[in-house]
Amino acid sequence: MGVKVIPRAAAVYICCALLAAGACTLPALRPGAATPWGTVALLAALYALCELPARCRILGRSLGGSVPMGTGSFFPVLLASALLLPPAAAALTAVPGSLLARVEEPPAGPRRAWRAAATALAVWAAAQAAGALGSGTALGHGPAAPDFPYALLPAGAAALAFCLALTALDGGIRATADGLPAGAAWRGLLGRALAPHAVHGLAGLMMAVLWRSSYGPAAALFVLLPMYISCWVFAQYHRERAAHQATIRALVQAVDIKDRYTRGHSERVGHASVLIARELGMAEDRLDVVRFAGILHDVGKLGVPTRVLRKDGPLTPEERRVIELHPEYGHEMVRGIGFLGEARSAILHHHERMDGSGYPYGLHGEQIPEFARMVAVADAFDAMTSTRSYSRARPVPTAVAELERCAGSHFDPRMVAALVRALDRHGWQTGVTADETTAAGPPGGRVPPPREESVRTEDPPVRTEAPAARAAENPAARAAENSDVRTEAPDVRTEDPDVRTEHPDVRTKDPEPRPEDSDVRPKERA
Amino acid sequence: MRPGVLTVGAVYGAALLLSLAGFGATLWYGVDEPGNALAFGTLIALGELARWGAVPGEREAAPLAAAGALAYALLGTDAGTATTHGVLQIVAVVVAGALAGIVPHLARGHGPGADHVARRILTVTFAALCFQPLYNSGAVVEHLGEGPPYAFFLLLLLCLTALCDAVLAALLLRARTGFPYGPLLRDELRALLGIGSAVCATGAVMALGVAAAGLWALPVLAVPLLLTQVSFRRYAAVRTVNRQTIASLARATEIAGCTPPGHARRVAALSTAVGRELGLSGPELAVLEHAALMHDIGQLSLVDPVEGGATALLPAEEQRRIALLGGEVVRRTGVAAAVAVVVERQADPYRDQPLPARIVRAVNAYDDLAGDGAGAALEALERLRLGTARDYHPDVVECLARVLARGGAGGVTSTIAG
Repeated sequence: MGVKVIPRAAAVYICCALLAAGACTLPALRPGAATPWGTVALLAALYALCELPARCRILGRSLGGSVPMGTGSFFPVLLASALLLPPAAAALTAVPGSLLARVEEPPAGPRRAWRAAATALAVWAAAQAAGALGSGTALGHGPAAPDFPYALLPAGAAALAFCLALTALDGGIRATADGLPAGAAWRGLLGRALAPHAVHGLAGLMMAVLWRSSYGPAAALFVLLPMYISCWVFAQYHRERAAHQATIRALVQAVDIKDRYTRGHSERVGHASVLIARELGMAEDRLDVVRFAGILHDVGKLGVPTRVLRKDGPLTPEERRVIELHPEYGHEMVRGIGFLGEARSAILHHHERMDGSGYPYGLHGEQIPEFARMVAVADAFDAMTSTRSYSRARPVPTAVAELERCAGSHFDPRMVAALVRALDRHGWQTGVTADETTAAGPPGGRVPPPREESVRTEDPPVRTEAPAARAAENPAARAAENSDVRTEAPDVRTEDPDVRTEHPDVRTKDPEPRPEDSDVRPKERA
Repeated sequence: MRPGVLTVGAVYGAALLLSLAGFGATLWYGVDEPGNALAFGTLIALGELARWGAVPGEREAAPLAAAGALAYALLGTDAGTATTHGVLQIVAVVVAGALAGIVPHLARGHGPGADHVARRILTVTFAALCFQPLYNSGAVVEHLGEGPPYAFFLLLLLCLTALCDAVLAALLLRARTGFPYGPLLRDELRALLGIGSAVCATGAVMALGVAAAGLWALPVLAVPLLLTQVSFRRYAAVRTVNRQTIASLARATEIAGCTPPGHARRVAALSTAVGRELGLSGPELAVLEHAALMHDIGQLSLVDPVEGGATALLPAEEQRRIALLGGEVVRRTGVAAAVAVVVERQADPYRDQPLPARIVRAVNAYDDLAGDGAGAALEALERLRLGTARDYHPDVVECLARVLARGGAGGVTSTIAG
């Protein structure tokens, strides 16, 4: 994807940045300037060398989450050059590396140009700040020892100036290219960037000190190794995280193997649970747990014999009891996964009802864990709006009306209200999968900021009701055949043969009847 | 007496002797440059304190302490003036700093193992012995000057020290577990590329930084290394979580009643032990462990569970079908593709199998057949031996017998490196 056309405002903005960068570097290129070309060339080559490995997919900004250290792990080189060189020459060192480094999305040319200009300007600002505080003498030279702790001051000023310049420029490009309002473009950028830049500043200072000392530039290289390794580990971390997401998905798909009619259900429940939780103003880290609770809520079905799950026709009370064990099986299964925390109780209690008629423990109202109430609403909502073997998908408004009718007796009214608000705001699409909500990146902002300060984007825009593309072939007669199993819940399963699914993504399944709907139907009391 | 006791005893004895000698000599002769000693001792203590929150099985839980100790061992000049501290003082400072940092952890009941401390003392002594006598006699400065060659000399010494540490660590592991030395050493050397190299580089740069800028270099350089430590810890945490999730997936078959309780875990532990015995290491072992955990996952696709979950007793065709179904599930998880291959091939005759699949097949059959009781275990091994014509690889079965004779898989799964 990626938009190939750059908006006019962004083009003008990039041109201005290029002109400014040119103006900054010009003094070093003038014939009379005493530019230390040797040092400039060494530092520029070093920075370019460091950025090269990042070209081979070192990490995904796409992976979301706050990224404290990105490919910018080599800013120490730039900060060291800001401390060592006059501003114009220092700005030059940033250019080759920025031009060579990897570009994530097309168009590559303007992105590279923009990045080179922005980095050069930031380094120039850092060098100005450091120079004003007298970094030249504070670093010492050869056998002369540097002036500590005073040297920390120019180094800190350089890091701060660098960070401020970069965030200001990045915010500008976000505002002009992505059309974000000014407030949103800058929000949070600085807070995330300060701490990493402080660390870069310290490493840059030590590089500069060693560069000037009698041990020479080679010793300065050693400073970079820990930074390089952080960066490498960081990439590993993201790879492992992606592997973990895949493993979770495999757990869910193992359920799908047994229970073929609920494909995609788990991911959508995870998504709907997150919508509710976000509406209730939960913190970001808890949202992750909520999502896992939603995704894994039916994992206990792995413990139910496949023959029972796939049984045609009415279930015996014995079989019903076996199916109703699935929350407990699920809880037992994920017991060993440390980070799930509250999600485990949500898995155990997602079939409890507010009036105490649910299972496994028949808890009432507030006794039911908050996450479980959330997942229960999301689960019922998705069960109603997706096609099952015995019933076709209902339109969202019908499902919402049913949820509101059962709020208080079955569902927590607070959760239902939150879901309704979230649906009003974001809409609903039956095809949302875990890939899109967890692993996918920003949905094609035009020119995302060049560095990895990882802008956490909102959820991908979801369409509301798409026009009916194709109706699910699902004979109502089948549902009627099995109605004896489900009759006691006329509330949530009123069959309306004229309701056509409004969602293009609903997969049509072989129209075999499936007895257990597990989700919305009130428990049948034998 | 177990054969490893001698090695462990020798290492501990040497470390203890060195520390006693260090403290004795320091008390007797007094401390040279007490400022430096205090600064480095504090750094080491703080580095050990930063071990707080370490994930079990972490490679280097206190990198800052390690780097600080190495830097003190290689410290020649301090802001331009030569230092005179000797090897024994270095040992005393390192031990004192480490003890001060470890005591709070011990008080809370989860300090580092004694192996770790002994290794630290011995490697620091090695580095100091290589450097300080040469430096204090003036030979280093005379031959190398105080320029770039000096910096490279320090780096070379640190590489040697890292090798020495890897050799020592593998020796200790071998003494504890009885696994072959080669693969263990390979694991240790591979781990050096990770945090080990960051520790060495920071050690060198701290020694040079103090030489150029005085003690202020210590806090300035500590910060990037702490950041590396945090990165590693996050990585280790997500790895742990992934392993737990895979184990849950593996437990699904038990909860579904397809396999007896604990089967997947037992097969994984025993397979890993056999794999080590056969010389596998690092990533190969990880593949083996994951495959062993998930080898029965194909049974989830069956409409009716296999009686007792013992696939080893099914007809060969059926076994192969379940294996293929399992491979399909495994391919969807985030684990390496090699794991899926092992799961798919677990029911083939051994001549067509890769080594990990041979191991999983034999160990799975053993666990299915053995049940409880010593008599059943012997009988199971006997049946495996009878099957070595076609189904089970003879070497793998013999190796399994050796591992079982030694007491099974006790305490080995946690040492797999990434």
